[in-house]
Amino acid sequence: MSLIELKHITKSYPLEDTQLKILKGINLNIEKGDFVAIMGPSGSGKSTLMNILGCLDKPTSGTYVLDGQRVENLSADELADIRNRKIGFVFQGFNLLSRTSALENVELPMVYANVPAAQREERAKKALTKVGLRERMYHMPNQLSGGQQQRVAIARAVVNEAPIIFADEPTGNLDTKMSVEIMNLFTKLNEDLGRTIILVTHEDDIAHYAKRIIRIVDGEIHSDEKNEK
Amino acid sequence: MIDARTIFSIATRAIKANKMRSILTSLGIIIGVAAVIVMLSVGHGAQTSIQNEMKTMGSNLIIIRSGVATSSGARSGHGSKPTMKKSDGDAIQEKIEAIKLAAPVLEETTQIVYGNANWSTGVTGTDRRMFEIKEWNLSYGRMFSSTDIRSAAKVAILGQTVVNELFGDVDPLGKTIRIKGIPFQVIGVLIPRGQSGNGMDQDDVVYIPITTAQKKVMGISFPDQVKMIMLQAIDSQSTYTAQEEIRELLRQRHNLGVNKEDDFVIRNLTQMMEMMESSTKVMTILLGSIASISLLVGGIGIMNIMLVSVTERTREIGIRMAIGAKAWDIRWQFLTESLVLSLIGGLVGVVIGLLGSYLVGVFSSLPTKVSLLYVLLPFSFSGMVGLFFGFYPAYKASLLNPINALRYE
Ligand SMILES: Nc1ncnc2c1ncn2[C@@H]1O[C@H](COP(=O)(O)OP(=O)(O)O)[C@@H](O)[C@H]1O
Ligand SMILES: [Mg+2]
Repeated sequence: MSLIELKHITKSYPLEDTQLKILKGINLNIEKGDFVAIMGPSGSGKSTLMNILGCLDKPTSGTYVLDGQRVENLSADELADIRNRKIGFVFQGFNLLSRTSALENVELPMVYANVPAAQREERAKKALTKVGLRERMYHMPNQLSGGQQQRVAIARAVVNEAPIIFADEPTGNLDTKMSVEIMNLFTKLNEDLGRTIILVTHEDDIAHYAKRIIRIVDGEIHSDEKNEK
Repeated sequence: MIDARTIFSIATRAIKANKMRSILTSLGIIIGVAAVIVMLSVGHGAQTSIQNEMKTMGSNLIIIRSGVATSSGARSGHGSKPTMKKSDGDAIQEKIEAIKLAAPVLEETTQIVYGNANWSTGVTGTDRRMFEIKEWNLSYGRMFSSTDIRSAAKVAILGQTVVNELFGDVDPLGKTIRIKGIPFQVIGVLIPRGQSGNGMDQDDVVYIPITTAQKKVMGISFPDQVKMIMLQAIDSQSTYTAQEEIRELLRQRHNLGVNKEDDFVIRNLTQMMEMMESSTKVMTILLGSIASISLLVGGIGIMNIMLVSVTERTREIGIRMAIGAKAWDIRWQFLTESLVLSLIGGLVGVVIGLLGSYLVGVFSSLPTKVSLLYVLLPFSFSGMVGLFFGFYPAYKASLLNPINALRYE
């Protein structure tokens, strides 16, 4: 059984009196411990697919089995619970809470998982140390560089021991040097901790860190191959 | 659900981030709570003082005033046309067995002068029956004699406060004071009674013969006019049962035809107390509802600012949802924020309200009395306002779709 199984997933948005089809029947299996890059031109539906995979959005039709559980018809609260326990997100725009220290940002997933406060702090500190921000724990997001903010976001994504990490253009706002740092972090997470990583990017350099590259064109899978490093 | 301490710290952080706005938002609550406390303490104080005042007036008392009583009994006849005469009282005392004494009262507040000293106080024209009803004896000097009354003598009996103010250490007996420029000889000084329950100084009084008051000191519009008559009945039961008899006698004496209303009001102490209480109750309810309206307006202000806050923080809500916040987590977050906001307002309102009641008590004639209930009531009400008006914004926040919320700029 795969960690992620998508069958005939479609997504449409109503447009005037018709439906605008964004995803046109996606079939996809992703195994535990894989590192997948999803590529494709802008507007091809990468983010839409990512949102469905990440349980932030529901497909129009099709079935989605995540870790052995059907999720396409779950309620908002049930999806929130799955996101909390199984999924970590890293966004292009970092999406940290402003006026909230790095430490408290990393504690956030544990707040909603009802982890006791003392344990939260300890685990958050450990996660921040692992991404190299030991000295910056009490900084606010606006006191951190883009690369540092993204590392806080990565710490937040892994702190709850979520087995899957979704990253939508995580290096889109970063320069090359910072991008390399971030991608090395993902590689380490995948290789050392066995986290499954699914990454959306339109840059070949970034995609080459992955083990598998899926190309999407116009809402359909165009190619799906192992990455030869 | 997330733990209370965390949710509380999230709420206070958001409130601190917008200090000025939070203060302005809670202003309605602050004013509302403070107003409720002041109103309740004034109402409570008035009631207590009425009860205390009644206790000091004398036992088995009936009071007759000029005026028309409405069916509700709410009008006591103040300011209406005078109709009572001293002779009415004399007739009642003579003809009605249940009535022992009838003291006439004609009073006015005026300036009293002795040498260089002057003092403003209430001057009451009456006769010795007043002191019998009040069971109030002289400390020294003599009482009004029948001759004083018959001849409208210019003699006065003083309370201890007036003596202190005008004479200091000098012996007042036999000295001449001026009331409205008219010379009066001091013939007696009353035993000090101290303050009444509501803080009124009972010794701040001057008594002169009723006839002197009528003929020489106070303006009257017909002969033998008095302001009111104080009656003492033989027992407390008679203060009720004698009323009909008194009424018939007075109607006859005032030549009131069958279709004419009474031109006087008869009340015993219990009835007077009930009447005064009902009028302060009306006042308390009225003022209380004004305060409730400001609490309501304060609540709407909180709802408004919470809606703004939810919109401003759409992205934050999106992040929290993506990370695993459930609908109730988001709801509690915003509910707690509006609750804390309104409770802070409530707390400041309590402080201002207590200060306000104190100042009203000190600087106005209204007695005020604060009780724990009257503080807890508006405070907890402010909390309910926060929850009630915070619910809709919190509910709205919890319905956001995480993707749209994350995309919100
Ligand atoms: N809520 C929406 N309503 C209508 N159209 C949408 C909505 N969200 C995305 N789209 C459209 O879906 C298409 C795919 O978007 P997206 O998945 O973000 O593409 P990508 O991430 O590959 O650039 C775009 O044309 C976009 O305009
Ligand atoms: Mg995209």
